[in-house]
Amino acid sequence: MLTALPAENASGVAAVRRPRRSRALWLIALIGALAVVMTLSLVIGTRAVALDDVWAALGGATDGFDRASVAKRVPRTLLAAVAGAALAVSGAVMQGVTRNPLADPGILGINTGASLAVVAGLAFFGLSAATSIVWVAISGAAVTALFVYTIGSLGRGGATPLKLALAGAATSAALASFITAVALPRGDIAANIRSWQIGGVGGGTFSSLGQVMPFLVVGLVVCLLSAKALNSLALGDDLAAGLGERVAVARGAAALGAVVLCGAATAVTGPIGFVGLVVPHACRLLTGVDHRWLLPYSALGGAVLLTASDVVGRVVARPAEIDVGIVTALIGAPFFIWIVRRSKVRAL
Amino acid sequence: MTIDHTLEIEHLTLAYGDRVVVDDLDLVVPPGRMTAIVGANACGKSTLLRSMSRLLKPVSGRVVLDGSEVHRLPARQLARTLGLLPQSPVAPEGITVADLVGRGRHPHQGILSRWTTADDVAVAAALDATDTTVLADRAVDELSGGQRQRVWIAMALAQQTDLLLLDEPTTFLDVSHQIEVLDLLTDLNRSRGTTVVMVLHDLNLAARYADHLVAVAGGRVHAVGTPHEVLTEDCVRAVFGLDSRVITDPTTGSPMMLPLGRHHRAAAGA
Amino acid sequence: MSAADVRDATRASSAIASAAHEVARARRARGRRRRTVIGVLVAAVVVVFVVSLMVGRTFYGPAEVLGVLLGHDVPGAGFTVGRLRLPRAVLAVAAGLCFGLGGVTFQTMLRNPLASPDIIGISSGASAAAAFAIITLSLDDAQVSAFAIVAGLAVAVLVYLLSKKGGVAGTRLVLIGIGIAAMLDSLTAYVLSGAAQWDLQEATRWLTGSLNGTSWPQVVPVLIALAVLTPVLLSQSRDLSVTQLGDDTASALGVRVDRTRLIVIVAAVGLISFATAACGPIAFVAFLSGPIAARIVGPNGSLLVPSALVGALLVLVADVVGQYALGTRFPVGVVTGVLGAPYLIYLIVRTNRAGGSL
Repeated sequence: MLTALPAENASGVAAVRRPRRSRALWLIALIGALAVVMTLSLVIGTRAVALDDVWAALGGATDGFDRASVAKRVPRTLLAAVAGAALAVSGAVMQGVTRNPLADPGILGINTGASLAVVAGLAFFGLSAATSIVWVAISGAAVTALFVYTIGSLGRGGATPLKLALAGAATSAALASFITAVALPRGDIAANIRSWQIGGVGGGTFSSLGQVMPFLVVGLVVCLLSAKALNSLALGDDLAAGLGERVAVARGAAALGAVVLCGAATAVTGPIGFVGLVVPHACRLLTGVDHRWLLPYSALGGAVLLTASDVVGRVVARPAEIDVGIVTALIGAPFFIWIVRRSKVRAL
Repeated sequence: MTIDHTLEIEHLTLAYGDRVVVDDLDLVVPPGRMTAIVGANACGKSTLLRSMSRLLKPVSGRVVLDGSEVHRLPARQLARTLGLLPQSPVAPEGITVADLVGRGRHPHQGILSRWTTADDVAVAAALDATDTTVLADRAVDELSGGQRQRVWIAMALAQQTDLLLLDEPTTFLDVSHQIEVLDLLTDLNRSRGTTVVMVLHDLNLAARYADHLVAVAGGRVHAVGTPHEVLTEDCVRAVFGLDSRVITDPTTGSPMMLPLGRHHRAAAGA
Repeated sequence: MSAADVRDATRASSAIASAAHEVARARRARGRRRRTVIGVLVAAVVVVFVVSLMVGRTFYGPAEVLGVLLGHDVPGAGFTVGRLRLPRAVLAVAAGLCFGLGGVTFQTMLRNPLASPDIIGISSGASAAAAFAIITLSLDDAQVSAFAIVAGLAVAVLVYLLSKKGGVAGTRLVLIGIGIAAMLDSLTAYVLSGAAQWDLQEATRWLTGSLNGTSWPQVVPVLIALAVLTPVLLSQSRDLSVTQLGDDTASALGVRVDRTRLIVIVAAVGLISFATAACGPIAFVAFLSGPIAARIVGPNGSLLVPSALVGALLVLVADVVGQYALGTRFPVGVVTGVLGAPYLIYLIVRTNRAGGSL
């Protein structure tokens, strides 16, 4: 699967042999980074807030403009961290299940599918309950995943990375047109259409977060439990079966976990792409290809990336905000191109 | 009939970036004969052929056709004298045989010229020579490997050039088709006097069909001459790194190479 | 030679002569089909053009429309038809021609129907630049077009340079183009968010293409681009067809591949950029025109003119449908997006099934 990583990537190879101690150290470093970024997210914004006000607000005091702003930023920060973690783990698992270095919920169109399902639900079925929205998003994600995988695996060679990425891009474009077509005439939901086309965490509230957390937790647990299976699957279906892995079950379960994670995240934030692509690849440099380390790292890395992107989005265009989906696209697309370029032709 | 053209290569050095593939190579292509270029993979034989048809600019040295350097000649004029069939030609989806062969008339048609009877006759003659007339209306992508290769040769024929260069024309074909193609090229050479230069990977077929054999190793000509002169055990060892016995093919009288690997050395008593 | 040999030779040459007749006849038949299809397309474009001038909130009959077109002063119709509908219809045709020509040129040259300028980022680049020029810099139409074409060319160069390693005609190029398009679309979204508020109309114009509010000053640059660049493209049409056979074969047939490619890319990018600067990147028109034209004309022969006409027809029909046939008014880009999307998927399915590679 990761034959796409060039042989000259010595740090990746060396990382496999790195002792557990250094992996644990990096993990701590990541946790530290997350704490820093989350604090920044609370401090920075249209108005910068002093740290003691942040502490006070966290403690519950909401008097004064500053503390109220912080109170609004808390759910937003939490949402960014949690969604980032979900998307990154989802991407890592998708890359493992499809043995495709280019897999990511955005690239494979799965995010867009979830969004379309929600938009259709809002427009045609008048859905409003947050929980049902999450279910709808997850179903949309699942159907799209199946669709893209089926198309991508037609023909010679099965689901090669390039074919899968192309199928995903085409499906994403197709579904995006449908989203616009459905939402445009609906004045009532059209105000929010933007959030269904480009993801953002600005709308985060404690209640929406609370509704979606159970799904995210379940998805995360399923994915983490699949880590060992993913290690075997990386060797190819035949070898994995030879090693005693029940290939179809393992793949199905892992894929389900990934779909739940990305569907649930998209239900609240809208489609955010590239997090699932960039973070696992970056983490692999630290952890090697062992999924038992890769998945937790990806979760932390994703949280850091998305929170940081949100902060950047709030800072760079003051007083306006750039949606986090735009920032991740601007960071992630060059990364995507870089991967496409350096992968050997045969591997793709 | 064709005119005799002189095609000479003088001190040619070819490189891809920093990697030198052909190093100070000299070669004279005998007019009116069938020449085969053989050698191990990546020895430079395909690169050599590509530079002969001007697809690759030399780092130093020159390829000279009838006294003029090939890179200085106008593209269309060169295309009327020298035809090339590259290794993996691409046929657009759904194109018919007749249309593909017709593309071979391109060097004879300017921007505004219309199709003339001469063009039609050339296409028909090319189809006839390659025995593909019955396939004229079929789509190229529906044909078998051997048929497709014959159609590509027909296209090169429709160009009506006196020299024909072919880069591994038999590599992906099964043996009956390989013989089909080589027999066709022999017909062309004998009946029209077309100078044929082909890169072949099968040493024995090369020895059988070529009048003139060129063995390339490490970007240089290792041996050149008739098959009998070139195909010797020493040459095979030098060019391919392989021990062998060279005998005379009982059916054609040309030299034939029998490879000796680890397991068959004792049996051969070599 | 003996008498038998002479007889054989004569028989052979008369066999060839009759084969030559067959070849010529088949070629003429194909030519006839091509001419018929082109004729039908032209007629269709004219009909839909006139219809688009007639229908609307107020219906004007053909006589009135004709009157306006001929310059007569027709009360009532003069403004609606002449000032509102006519520039819109003309832009629809002009942009459609541009997209059709640009799309099929890229697809032919890169030997890949997916390598269409609206998929590999060129339209996104032109549109990002145009949005930036209009919304942030408030430039006038000529300057906006200039921005657009510079951006379009820059993207083309960038995609080419980045994908050179994998072979210019490869799937790698398509994916890299898609990546660049994603970046540029985000940039466009960013520019749009910088506008007073998220203006849906502007957003759809620059993200999927819209003909709403077309006025004559917008149309003029596109017409100029067509007038100048179409002859350039047509002059390269034969050489372009030959490049489909692969770079090596094309060179062997006397085509100066690099030169042809350069001329043709610049012309195609120019057409696409100017059209995009006027109405946004009308989704999928450039992508669809070539394959549709290939279907109806047949696989042999140059697709430039049929594609252009299919493009014009697509935009015209989509705009009429978007305005009047559905409950709400949809911008043309949304209609073509919804139509083009399934075709895109179908194309991938069909190619994958046939064992080819995109």
